[in-house]
Amino acid sequence: MASVVYDHVTKKFGDSMVAVNDLNINVADKEFLVLVGPSGCGKTTALRCLAGLEEITEGNIRIGDRVVNDVPPKDRDIAMVFQSYALYPHLSVFDNMAFGLKLRKVPKDEIKRRVEQAAETLGIKDLLNRKPRQLSGGQRQRVAVGRAIVREPKVFLFDEPLSNLDAKLRVQMRAEISKLHQQLQTTFIYVTHDQVEAMTMASRIAVINKGVLQQIDSPQNLYDTPNNVFVAGFMGSPAMNFFPARLRKDANKMVVDTGDFILTIPADRTRSLEQYVGKDIIFGIRPENIHDAEFIPPNIHAEKVEAKVDVTELMGNEIYLYLITGKNTFVGRVDPRSKMRMGDKAQVAFNMDRFHIFDAQTEQAIR
Amino acid sequence: MNPLSRLNKFFGKLPVHFAVILMCLLWVIPTLGLFVTSFRPREAVLTGGWWTVFLPQPQAVGQPEYTKYCSSCHGANGKAIASADLSNPSVVNQYQSAASLLIMLREPINGQPHLLNPTLPSTPKDALNTLTPVLTYLQTLSGQKQASSQFTLNNYVDAIVGYKGTTDYLPDCQNKVPSTLAVMNCNASDILNPAGIGAAFINTFIVVIPATLFPIIFAALAAYAFAWLDFKGRQWIFALLIGLQIVPLQMALVPIAQLYVQLGMQSTFLGIWLFHTGFGLPYAIYLMRNFIGSLPREIFESAYLDGANHWAAFRRLALPLAMPAIASLGIYQFLWVWNDFLVAKIFLTTHPVLTVQIQNLIDPLGRNWNILTGAAFLSFIIPMVVFIAFQRYFVRGLLAGSVKG
Repeated sequence: MASVVYDHVTKKFGDSMVAVNDLNINVADKEFLVLVGPSGCGKTTALRCLAGLEEITEGNIRIGDRVVNDVPPKDRDIAMVFQSYALYPHLSVFDNMAFGLKLRKVPKDEIKRRVEQAAETLGIKDLLNRKPRQLSGGQRQRVAVGRAIVREPKVFLFDEPLSNLDAKLRVQMRAEISKLHQQLQTTFIYVTHDQVEAMTMASRIAVINKGVLQQIDSPQNLYDTPNNVFVAGFMGSPAMNFFPARLRKDANKMVVDTGDFILTIPADRTRSLEQYVGKDIIFGIRPENIHDAEFIPPNIHAEKVEAKVDVTELMGNEIYLYLITGKNTFVGRVDPRSKMRMGDKAQVAFNMDRFHIFDAQTEQAIR
Repeated sequence: MNPLSRLNKFFGKLPVHFAVILMCLLWVIPTLGLFVTSFRPREAVLTGGWWTVFLPQPQAVGQPEYTKYCSSCHGANGKAIASADLSNPSVVNQYQSAASLLIMLREPINGQPHLLNPTLPSTPKDALNTLTPVLTYLQTLSGQKQASSQFTLNNYVDAIVGYKGTTDYLPDCQNKVPSTLAVMNCNASDILNPAGIGAAFINTFIVVIPATLFPIIFAALAAYAFAWLDFKGRQWIFALLIGLQIVPLQMALVPIAQLYVQLGMQSTFLGIWLFHTGFGLPYAIYLMRNFIGSLPREIFESAYLDGANHWAAFRRLALPLAMPAIASLGIYQFLWVWNDFLVAKIFLTTHPVLTVQIQNLIDPLGRNWNILTGAAFLSFIIPMVVFIAFQRYFVRGLLAGSVKG
């Protein structure tokens, strides 16, 4: 139970390879923070620095009030669940979970009590005498989590713990880890490349790209108000559509001209965009804000666009339309009643209450 | 599968089968020969090849004649007539020569001639020629003359007590041969006679066990350090160590012998332990480092986070997980030290080990090589047991289940 602070943390491998660049994060006590980003973005390195498995090049890491830069892993009082589970292959499940406690000279009956309690929580009580090789992937994952929770550490670290599980099990374990966080009331720091995991579990998400923190916020805020093109494109599936465009004034109205179609900006959003008139911007809109023109929800500010349907994907509850207009391709998630099919000339509606404008140069959001 | 294609497959693999069987035979036949020879008596070894034991054996001297003239009444074992028990030495001892036997046979028994059907040749000379082998056979039957058995343990006994020469220890002791009594006690204490294999066994064990354990322990520690500790020059030191394997052992004999003399360590067990440890280490470290280095990194990281220092990680993880490597390394080092002759000959002259002792067993004229067969077999029973006991550790897969899969 402790807060964690990354204070201007930089980690270099060799002289040139900067894995983590000036990272600043404050993780509150009992928070569930998810570090998310594409492969190789430095999120795992950031986690390993916190665990003490990598030495940081610059900056400070604090757990609680203590600066832990030079504290060896064993004295940091943290537990980590690895992507590969990292169970001790020659030990039984019980001994795997008891390993850390034995090393810390916890009394025998206390070890037994804690291991059994953790096994109870995770539903692996009848596996305690098995060896790791006799377990399925999901069971191994539970043992790895169990090994972490018996220690009752200040901070839990998870390094892509669900990547090796099949899709169904992943959804189930996702819920269980969230529940575990509720029960344990401890700080969780969780690394994943899967934005769905991040959205579903986190109390806050830190998006990292190329070693640099892009944005840190609650999942909903991150989704609704991304700071830049990277965050906007990374969160959400299918990803947000981007159109390189130019902002113009057209007969008192502010419009976005993509070259293929023109969209009018609602009056309440024009003020902040005034200074970008005549400049290149990137117009972004999420697929769920693109509707079949026949099924426009009531009370939205719809702008119609002509497009050609390239591919349709029927999901049952909705339809993904892959659309082409001139040089732009984009995706819409439309009402399942939509009659649009491959090759059709279609009319879709953009919900102009929910769009994003980014500076074409800096790729930062303009609000 | 139809019969024709099965046949095709069989003939297709014929060269492979043939080669495999040939290889096995090439290895097994000499060993089998040595094994058989080690159980054959000295005279037999000198007169015929080991394979003759598998051929039909010629009958004992006099047996055909005995069967012809005597066995119909006295029986095949000579015990059929109680009053004239031919297996009783005191009965047989009455006849010291074929002539005295002939005289007795010429006398009638109960008014009947002793021999009726068939009768002995009438001329005395022929009769004596017939009776000589019969007498020999009677002496054999009554235990006067040692039946020359096909197999014997004398080679092993001679080797264990270190009885050189052209006669065997057990009969010589039984007959209280003075020259034997002068050097042997003729009781169980002879097993540890310093000139014998028995004593050499103990010396070999004293040499082999530490000379196997030391390199394994040191190599395991070094391997862990090279694999998982981060220190400056790690790669260079490791490369240097591997490079040391180039130094031939023979080149170091003289300098180290001189060093040991200066340190007063010549012909001590410590000296030979250190020598074997030193020359075993480069390869041992190389093998162990590669094995321990290939264990998943996460296991160790997980242990560090669980509160393990390097010592705990070494003892509780690296060591048990490296058991396959330790076993194979142990077997190699054990066999190497067990079979070593040169180093032991030079550095341990006062306590000959097996290999050295076997060489000592040959008499200067090489007339007693039969005892080497027994000695050789004694010397490789233990390595065989060790190999069979540990071979299951060669099977990999101990790691299964630790990481994804």
